[in-house]
Amino acid sequence: MQSTFKWLWEHAKGLKKFFLFAVLASFGSIIFNFLSPKVIGFTVDSVIGDKAMSLPAFLTERLAALGGRAYLREHLIICAVGVIICAAGSAAFSFASRMSIVNFTESFVKRLRDRLFYHIQHLPFSWHVNNQTGDTVQRCTSDMDVIRNFIAQQLLQVVRTTVLIITALLLMFQMNVKLSLVAVVFIPLVASYSGIFFSILRRKFRQADEAEGELTVTVQENLTGMRVVRAFGRERHEIEKFNEKNNKFAGLWINMGKSMGLYWGIGDIATGMQVLAVTVGGALLAYRGELSLGDFLVFVSYTHTLAWPVRALGRTLSDMSKAGVSIARIREILDAEEEPREPDAQKPDIRQDIVFDDVSFMYNETPVLRHLSFTIPAGTTFGILGGTGSGKSTLTYLLNRLYDVPEGCGSIRIGGVDIRDIDRDYIRKNIGVVLQEPFLFSKTIGENISIALPEAGMDEIRRRASTAAVDESIMAFSKGYDTIVGERGVTLSGGQKQRVAIARTLMLASPVMIFDDSMSAVDLETDAQIREALRRDSGDSTVIIISHRINTLMQADNILVLNDDGSVEQVGTHSELIKREGLYRRIYEMQSEAAAAAEGGAL
Amino acid sequence: MDEHENTQIKKNFDVKIWKKLIPIAAPFKKHILLAAFVMLISAGIDILLPLFQSHAVDNFIVPQSTDGLWGFAALFAAVLLLQGAAVTAFSRLCMYIEMRLGCDLKRKAFIHLQELSFSYYNTTPVGYILARVMSDTNRIAGMLAWSLIDLFWALFYVLGVFGVMLVLNWKLALLVVVVVPMVALLSVAFEGKILNVNRKVRAANSRITGAYNEGITGAKTSKTLVIEDRISGEFNDITANMRRQSMRLTRLNATFVPIVVFFGSLAVAAVLVRGGYMVMDSALEYGMLSAFIAYALNILEPVQNIAGILAEFIATQVNIERVTTLLEHPCDIQDTEEVKAKYGDAFAPKQENWEPIRGDIEFEHVWFKYPDGDEYVLEDFSLKIPAGTNVAIVGETGAGKSTLVNLACRFFEPTQGRVLIDGRDYRERSQLWLHSHLGYVLQNPHLFSGTVRENIRYGRLDASDEEVEHAAKLVSADVVVKKLENGYDTEVGEGGDRLSTGEKQLVSFARAVLADPPIFVLDEATSSIDTVTEQLIQDAISHILGGRTSFLIAHRLSTIRHADLILVVRDGKIIEQGRHEELMDMRGYYHSLYTAMQINEASGAQIEI
Repeated sequence: MQSTFKWLWEHAKGLKKFFLFAVLASFGSIIFNFLSPKVIGFTVDSVIGDKAMSLPAFLTERLAALGGRAYLREHLIICAVGVIICAAGSAAFSFASRMSIVNFTESFVKRLRDRLFYHIQHLPFSWHVNNQTGDTVQRCTSDMDVIRNFIAQQLLQVVRTTVLIITALLLMFQMNVKLSLVAVVFIPLVASYSGIFFSILRRKFRQADEAEGELTVTVQENLTGMRVVRAFGRERHEIEKFNEKNNKFAGLWINMGKSMGLYWGIGDIATGMQVLAVTVGGALLAYRGELSLGDFLVFVSYTHTLAWPVRALGRTLSDMSKAGVSIARIREILDAEEEPREPDAQKPDIRQDIVFDDVSFMYNETPVLRHLSFTIPAGTTFGILGGTGSGKSTLTYLLNRLYDVPEGCGSIRIGGVDIRDIDRDYIRKNIGVVLQEPFLFSKTIGENISIALPEAGMDEIRRRASTAAVDESIMAFSKGYDTIVGERGVTLSGGQKQRVAIARTLMLASPVMIFDDSMSAVDLETDAQIREALRRDSGDSTVIIISHRINTLMQADNILVLNDDGSVEQVGTHSELIKREGLYRRIYEMQSEAAAAAEGGAL
Repeated sequence: MDEHENTQIKKNFDVKIWKKLIPIAAPFKKHILLAAFVMLISAGIDILLPLFQSHAVDNFIVPQSTDGLWGFAALFAAVLLLQGAAVTAFSRLCMYIEMRLGCDLKRKAFIHLQELSFSYYNTTPVGYILARVMSDTNRIAGMLAWSLIDLFWALFYVLGVFGVMLVLNWKLALLVVVVVPMVALLSVAFEGKILNVNRKVRAANSRITGAYNEGITGAKTSKTLVIEDRISGEFNDITANMRRQSMRLTRLNATFVPIVVFFGSLAVAAVLVRGGYMVMDSALEYGMLSAFIAYALNILEPVQNIAGILAEFIATQVNIERVTTLLEHPCDIQDTEEVKAKYGDAFAPKQENWEPIRGDIEFEHVWFKYPDGDEYVLEDFSLKIPAGTNVAIVGETGAGKSTLVNLACRFFEPTQGRVLIDGRDYRERSQLWLHSHLGYVLQNPHLFSGTVRENIRYGRLDASDEEVEHAAKLVSADVVVKKLENGYDTEVGEGGDRLSTGEKQLVSFARAVLADPPIFVLDEATSSIDTVTEQLIQDAISHILGGRTSFLIAHRLSTIRHADLILVVRDGKIIEQGRHEELMDMRGYYHSLYTAMQINEASGAQIEI
């Protein structure tokens, strides 16, 4: 709990004044709130009745000048105005308090959300590989809601209720000690009653939540698997399964309703008993002449005012521990280290030879690349061929500095500069990558293509899309480039997604471009068309193509063949490689045989 | 989803919608009436409580007497206990009504969904249906249980207090009542706005969730494009909107509630002045004055509640409409009454009347267009498929390869013409009869949460463990299953998520084999599967096909080549049909399609054809 507050305190920088103001304003509203019954009590006792007045000195003087009690008896409206002023004061302060606290909360939460989002964007690639999306999203949303609820409601409520109780106690004890004791006894009783009740019920709440989750999954699976259900004629089985979950869910809540009904009933009785005790106690004290009517009315009024907040306090206190858990879960993300900034990093010309010098790499102790050494000459097309798991994609990640080559595991140099000394963003901007499984954002297709260059014009976007052989398909959509990706009714096929991603990377017009198996879902003809267009457009860019199609690679100036264990098998041109015994030739023969067979129409 | 939900917000009360609720609420008439009755008691006690205070003031405090104090205290306590009992009873009743009614409504929707045709599923996203079944029903049930009873309480309380005040002192009563219409008007104005902004806050919140989802899923891509800062900037706009809407909502609430309280104080002030003079003139007791002050303070909150509940009712109309639209959605494919009488329906089949099935399928002058299309995709199509024939259907993605399968399985019915199974129109028998004799393996196999064993058993619910394992062995799924953590008892996760596509496929084959269907449909997968599993799947397919009438939506050359009959589909129509050799000799569309597939298959690419 202590660390919760410490953490909140640290993150509330610049906003604390809002919280402080909210507390003060809420205090003001409480004061006015408590004054109102006092005014009524005073009116009843000392204006309508004949009890001696007990007013602050300055008011007594003013009143005496006007004509004392007689004047007030003539002008009861003055007392009424007092009530109205109290109400207006309370209303104004309550408004100020709520606006202030919402300002505090929303600013705090916005800042935290923004920071979290920014942080996640800047966490290293490896973090994203190792953490599950669903879990992270859960933390960013549900846990954030818990924190928000904590500061927006619970925190102020606890502070406010505490102030309320203390103020009420001060006022009550000052009026009548004995009756105050009667009223006070109930406060800890009621608060702990509801606190204990809700901690017991929490387990049931969780069970009911889980039951609802199970029910939802059952319905969802039934809907997504409707074809299977129908094809096997399993409607009855599905309904039985559903009924079981549905009844369980309803049953748990009905059960909980029983406990909660009892809780509310007992709570109401307890509150009523408090009033009853004050009434009887008041009667006994009045009998002995120790309590006036006005004071009695004030006591009853205060007792009513305290009833609900005290009950809520118990529940809130028992709920507050949740916030600590949520904060810890969010902190786990925030405490992960972002990609370090490198102020001294260099920005050399990338249009130079790329040299792999004895590079090795492993993921969690599994080696994926072993002692790779080769050179990619500037301005050439470089092909990479290898089986699944041969580390082709890892090469891409290393070149893009998504992972860094560890110390002592060789180095990658561009124009003689170790890429670990080159600015990360600079390298990524200058080495454009199309990932194997590209991600498109839920924006329009046009916005997706121009995402890295938002100021680009439509002509430019279409030109790049044409190079990627996707312009025609896009224009075939009724909204063309304004079609929103992922919107209902429009589905981009795997091949279209890949081509949009290619167009997006082409927009960068970077001196080095890597296509990581990014035409796997594109047919051969289009593949060739794209490569042809690329050759025309890329100018003196270095192009690296990773694929397992010989057709895609054969025109490259150099081809690197990787073994399944992540070591270099061969490097050479197509014509060199097919002359040599090895993996390349084997695959070439397999693929060309099939092609030849197809040509002849034979089997 | 948002746009869909925002389109139909109505501002006015629509009686037609509410009439639809009557049959839904009818089974709970007794409970609702009982709850209303208990509420009546509770409201009555709430009305009485200030009179206890008044009595104490006039009989004990002012005269400084304790005569009858204990009797009074006992009565007070008794009333409090009764109140506690009433509160307990009605909240239990309300919870019962809410949950049971919601449970009923969900069940009705779910059962109806089991009968709706595929055309509905093809055009309606799952998330949309799910929201109807789960959250819309919850809102309706919550409203009918709690809000209705609350409304009842508030109305009774306001009228009751008014009546009591009139009886006690009509002059003071009128003073208090003057503020009621003002607060009522104010409430109506505010509550509508509050609901509206509330909806915007919820929308903003779901945008934030969406943005996180995308930001996290797309983080790798953002890095390679170096757009982290831009994406974060856009996110800041979304959170700024959230902040703005939340502030608006709070501003409305923070203005509204104090104003109502302030109006209350106006009533109190009026009572204090007028009542004060009456007390001075001995026309009123002190106790009565205190009771009136209490009433003046208490009457406004229920008034405000009534406005809030009415606004909520209007907002809930959308939910009612959504659910009733789903319940009323017609089923395109239904068995006739005669068929149901003889063969039973999906929930109570009369299996004793079912004829055995051989598996002859005949399309007889079939014309067909999809319910949401205007063009005939089959025109006067006739084809005889004798039992045991393997039919392969080839064509490009989206060419309409599933149409024939959908018709043969009676997922859709011909617009004109007949489909005969074993020589009889399949509409003369029940859907379940046909479906129970069908095996179906999808391209993206769908599994249900539960263990591998339970999923295989889905094919035949009364199969023993041995039979389940035997079926798995027949399609070589046992090899894969053994490698799983708990073998057949491994949990597959939601939708089978914890298994790879290949593993899911093998389990779904085993499921189909266990059903041992005379008719078999296989939508072959194109997704990447490693070579070992690939080989297992090929073996499984050839095993399954033996001796059954089968339809293959085929992508693999080996399966196509060996089919007894190949149907070639282009632009929704069957343009060529015959055996492999015949079609190759024709040198037509099939020839070019086959050639292209051959090249791609050889180069190891996974292309969607």
